[in-house]
Amino acid sequence: MTTATLPVYTKKDFQTDQEIRWCPGCGDYAILSAVQMVFADLGIPREKFVIISGIGCSSRFPYYINTFGFHTIHGRAPAVATGLKIVRPDLEVWVATGDGDSLSIGGNHTIHMLRRNVGLKVLLFNNKIYGLTKGQYSPTSEVGKKTKSTPFGTTDRPFNPISLAIGSEATFVARSVDVFQTHLKDTLKKAAAHKGSAYVEILQNCNIFNDGAWETVTEKEARSENIVQLEHGKPLIYGKNRDKGIRLNGLDLEVVQLGNGVTEKDLLVHDEKHPRAAYAFLLAHMEHRPGFPTPIGVFRSWDNVPRYEDLINDQIREVQAKRGKGDLAKLLRSGDTWELKA
Amino acid sequence: MALTTIEIPKRKREIIDNAVIRFCGDSGDGMQITGSQFTNTVALYGNDLATFPDFPAEIRAPAGTLPGVSGFQVHFSSSDVYTPGDSVDVLIAMNPAALKMNLADLKTNGILIVNVDDFKENDLRKAQIVTNPLEDHSLDGYRLFAVELTKMTRAALKDLGLDAKSMDRCKNFFALGMCYWLYNRSMEPTHGWLEEKFKNKQQLVQANKLAMKAGYSYCEATEAFQISYEIPPAKLTPGVYRNISGNAALALGFVAASQKAGIPLFLGSYPITPASDILHELSMYKDFGVITFQAEDEIAAITSAIGAAYAGALGITSTSGPGMALKTEALGLAVAVELPLVICDIQRGGPSTGLPTKTEQADLLQALFGRNSEAPIPVVAPSSPGDCFWIALEASRIAIKHMVPVIILSDGYLANGAEPWKVPTIDELPEIPVHFETNPEGFLPYRRDPVTLSRPWAVPGTPGLEHRIGGIEKQDVTGNIDYEPLNHEHMVRLRAAKVESVANDIPPVVPEGDQSGDLLIIAWGSTHGPITAALNAQREKGRSIGHVHLRHLNPLPRDLGDVIKRFKKVLVPEMNMGQLLMILRAKFLVDAQGYNKIQGKPFKTSEIENKIEQMLGLAPFTSPEDDFDEQAGE
Repeated sequence: MTTATLPVYTKKDFQTDQEIRWCPGCGDYAILSAVQMVFADLGIPREKFVIISGIGCSSRFPYYINTFGFHTIHGRAPAVATGLKIVRPDLEVWVATGDGDSLSIGGNHTIHMLRRNVGLKVLLFNNKIYGLTKGQYSPTSEVGKKTKSTPFGTTDRPFNPISLAIGSEATFVARSVDVFQTHLKDTLKKAAAHKGSAYVEILQNCNIFNDGAWETVTEKEARSENIVQLEHGKPLIYGKNRDKGIRLNGLDLEVVQLGNGVTEKDLLVHDEKHPRAAYAFLLAHMEHRPGFPTPIGVFRSWDNVPRYEDLINDQIREVQAKRGKGDLAKLLRSGDTWELKA
Repeated sequence: MALTTIEIPKRKREIIDNAVIRFCGDSGDGMQITGSQFTNTVALYGNDLATFPDFPAEIRAPAGTLPGVSGFQVHFSSSDVYTPGDSVDVLIAMNPAALKMNLADLKTNGILIVNVDDFKENDLRKAQIVTNPLEDHSLDGYRLFAVELTKMTRAALKDLGLDAKSMDRCKNFFALGMCYWLYNRSMEPTHGWLEEKFKNKQQLVQANKLAMKAGYSYCEATEAFQISYEIPPAKLTPGVYRNISGNAALALGFVAASQKAGIPLFLGSYPITPASDILHELSMYKDFGVITFQAEDEIAAITSAIGAAYAGALGITSTSGPGMALKTEALGLAVAVELPLVICDIQRGGPSTGLPTKTEQADLLQALFGRNSEAPIPVVAPSSPGDCFWIALEASRIAIKHMVPVIILSDGYLANGAEPWKVPTIDELPEIPVHFETNPEGFLPYRRDPVTLSRPWAVPGTPGLEHRIGGIEKQDVTGNIDYEPLNHEHMVRLRAAKVESVANDIPPVVPEGDQSGDLLIIAWGSTHGPITAALNAQREKGRSIGHVHLRHLNPLPRDLGDVIKRFKKVLVPEMNMGQLLMILRAKFLVDAQGYNKIQGKPFKTSEIENKIEQMLGLAPFTSPEDDFDEQAGE
């Protein structure tokens, strides 16, 4: 009996000799560390990983991780990655992007990558601010936010990235938090295991231009009251004393206090395979809803949708099986030809 | 019962050298198909030819109106053909609007066939014509054949059980049949095409065959046509030929390049006129492993191709001017990361949306300089529809050899125009060697080949070659991020030197015509045809003229300056405001003169000849603009 030998890596194998140019205290460090550890654990040869990024603080990511990496241009990482993945479906292609890169300038590529279900893992570093350009509001900044470009407050309604991904028919949508290392690594592993597009929003703190943007979620005292973990097959229950839950009420959700006749059995049981978009939207829209906790975890994981790159390559193989492999000399002489004799 | 024999009149058949036919009608009248069928038939017969399809940007403008007029011109001959022809010998006008838009190009005493059934009051009104030209003697200078095309087509098809609309759709084939009689051509090739095209619609096969036969028989029976013509086959170089359009040739060229290089072909493209046919063509070649990706926009089209090139494929993107504008930032990325890529810009009239279906050469400066900062890119241009095949191979070769993006500047005229193309054998195709780096020993992503200055092509998935690239400025050799002032200057100069090194492979410039003398014409792209025709005509008159048609616009051939010095004057005809002219004047400090036509139409041979004579002091000065003023004054 032969056993396939899987490469054994440690986090160190995925570190580079490059000087890291993120601000001290930036949430990106935690994400980098988690990704390096997850990559080491996946048992995939290092040369199979490619990280593609756009522009922004998050997009410096490839330089700091010892795999193949491509720092492209603003917003276009999903398109570059799509071309790469179609030609090389065997590679593990990860996209590092931010709220400006993915949802503003690159919004079009993001939604089309998701609807096609290209097998890319997208790490959306959401800090609700433009960091690299020094502090303008982003498409996820809350209404009224005062920034360098909005001294009197923003007038833009923000995107909810989860909602956008679900609306784009994404097959895997999840949310985690930079400082929740265990949860983050767990979520990334699930994303890695997903075959199609995996969109992971990572709530990330920009300690220079938007410090504390996710405080209600990350602050030790408050977090258990403000977060509900989505776990497949488990009821939506939260609170320091696990005494609150989410219950379905008609076409809406409501927060209920457990006790007084309300039990776990009354609560919504999370189904990440739920076929209806309405279900995932209900969960996504809990964020910022007064009195509701912010959900983290996997919102949706559909595993029966074929990958785009497989469909393309299968079609080529089918045509080749039917017509045979192309013969160039024949092709050049195809159509109506005539011969002139000497 | 006694038989009465009707004697078929003995008609004169004249052998001539060449003819120009233009089919024009409403965009719903099938003029492009009619023209292509006629073209195919004369090509199979062995004539040399050139075509010029001219159609509106609107798919179906209101029927019978001036904006809805679509035309197809074919010039065929028993000798060499360089252009679709300045003026036409036979004009087939399916309605008054088509007549109005095209009559000016018909030669005096030329044959004019009109569908008289579509010259009723309402039809004239739609074409904004006040008096019926068939009655007001305005057509007296032509051999007018007012034919009841609609009525006779319906009569021919009456037994097939088709509705009136379907029958009327066949009237273009009635006209086609007439032209086959007029030029003594067999209807067989078109029969074959119909049978293939309407494989499962036998009724349509029958209907079109009958309509065509009716048109043919009509000419045979009526005494109106006293003469028919014979144009013997041309004496082309022996070999296998096919008729090919520029876009189809580009597509074939890329398939050939991918096969010669032994790497997959990836086309990222977003539909745009007049480039979409490249996408259509390549999407058919899946048996060659060709990957076509219809992207969500122009930017994704090029960036996906960059991703494919990064993965080790031959990355291609095809577009036109507005799409080029959107791709500029990504072009800069391809320059910075030094990956091979081919960008096809099928130029059209601009600015902005401009003239989507009309031709122009005004993207040259955009191709050369249209990026932020110093971002040099090799630029090549095909000179004929068939040359598009070879330019695709040349662009791919340069891209791979030097690890650079390369721009191909074609245009709407080359893209849609067709000519007989001598099919090459596989041995005649250039080699395109590819080397993927696999050795981790001492690997550095920006270590360069000393001759080509290219960096290694190290594709993801190769063990031990993990590295990072990006658009940010990098240190030479290591590829590490580097903002040092001297490093930046070094890299800027290096990227320029690398592009300049492409000139090492450009063959010496040998002008067509005279090698030294009074006048040198320097041009590029689709103007090759009319310039060659004008050059030949003028040299026959004993004038001393040379013609350099540049295939490489960046870098320019190294000996171009020496060639320029051998002539007294330099003329640069272009379908723009003088873009190559600007480059030549700047680079060679030569007092070259421009000749510029910006009308969405190719040069006429006569226009170039006239300009040559002016330059040689043999004719008074006019410009295409003067023609324009005349037209506007009508």
